[in-house]
Amino acid sequence: MEHLRPVGSGASPDDDSSDAPPDLADLLRRAGRADEVAFARLYDATAARAYGLALRVVRDPAQAEEVTQEAFLEIWRTASRFDPGRGSALSWLLMITHRTAVDRVRSAEASTRRDTTYHHQHQPVDHDVTAEAAQASLEARRVRSAMAALTEVQREAVGLAYLGGYTHTEVATMLDLPVGTAKTRIRDGLIRLRDALGVGS
Amino acid sequence: MTEIHALSGAYAVDALDDLERVAFERHLAECADCRAEVAGLREAATLLAETTANEPPAALRDRVLAGIATVRPLPPETPVPRPRHRRVRLLVAAAAAVVLVGAGAVAWQQPWADETSQQQPPTAQSVLDAADALSTSLDFPGGASATVTHSDSVGRAVIVTSKMPPPPQGKVYQLWLDQPGEGMVSAGVMPVKEDQTVLLSGDAATATGAGITVEPAGGSTAPTTDPIALFDFGRSDA
Ligand SMILES: [Zn+2]
Repeated sequence: MEHLRPVGSGASPDDDSSDAPPDLADLLRRAGRADEVAFARLYDATAARAYGLALRVVRDPAQAEEVTQEAFLEIWRTASRFDPGRGSALSWLLMITHRTAVDRVRSAEASTRRDTTYHHQHQPVDHDVTAEAAQASLEARRVRSAMAALTEVQREAVGLAYLGGYTHTEVATMLDLPVGTAKTRIRDGLIRLRDALGVGS
Repeated sequence: MTEIHALSGAYAVDALDDLERVAFERHLAECADCRAEVAGLREAATLLAETTANEPPAALRDRVLAGIATVRPLPPETPVPRPRHRRVRLLVAAAAAVVLVGAGAVAWQQPWADETSQQQPPTAQSVLDAADALSTSLDFPGGASATVTHSDSVGRAVIVTSKMPPPPQGKVYQLWLDQPGEGMVSAGVMPVKEDQTVLLSGDAATATGAGITVEPAGGSTAPTTDPIALFDFGRSDA
């Protein structure tokens, strides 16, 4: 929201081309009008990325399914609140998935929490995001080579935060960085990634 | 303040703790730079999910599609926030009525009045203190809010704003009173300030509502854009 928005804004032109790769924003807009067919197409176009992300964060396949289901129900429920002026449909949808996954691991940890060495014992630091086994899509290859433009500590910090679901404070501990510097590494790394991929501003 | 901008990256990847997130979201409502940056960083982070894509079991699709059949989609956010009618008659109303009766034609209550006071022009405070003051509040996305209070006995209206984002470059917020038969009549231009109390010019006793529009610097004689907020004075059901 740049400024307060006037009455009647937010109408967007309709574009109904259905043979090309699906227009996710359009599917999402239709889902917001309770169009279940559009929502099913949206699911088919994005479920692998959503489930893969959830699985990467929570690690347990059964929980990843629960997270993905919960996220898609939330996407269905709140589709009308998607604002194409503020980002892509995919980004919005995966943001909801990611938050759901992160909420899941953090609330689980909060209940079993948490001796000081927890992280070091619990999970090996993921030194190489590019080693992830995944579909060798063109886009995935492009993202991997963009990740190579980051410094090692930026790459680790971004990977632990986004794909690991850790807070910046946890990331600092895991990477033996002074508290307060991990957030800077995450930001610098994301800026470099953004620029290498040519997304956003 | 420079410190909090640095949280944009961690926020974009959900790596803030709860307290930091609340603080940063409050900041986001006021910082266009951070909003733009978060949007771009989130797009970038999203693409990392390309590297972890993984087909879910087919049964998940069935469960999701069965699940949505039982969940009602939210309606779109209405562009004009729905008024939260408070219309609370102040607790002092009964006592004040006595004062009004005793004073005959006195149009407004002036506890601070000096001896020459009866024809003093109304102030914002006199409206807010009036026994018949009625308020309508609107909350905007991002944490801003505005409350319009009008008093028929004083004949004026006051707007109190909190955390209002600045108007777009070269524009102003202009206030209007909706006058029967005349439509929106200018009630002045708001100074650029997040938190302020402004007395609307014009007769609020005849008006049926107030509005805010975004206008070119200096203001307009009639609204040139749709209102960003409308405040209903509730005359029809009064
Ligand atoms: Zn900022």
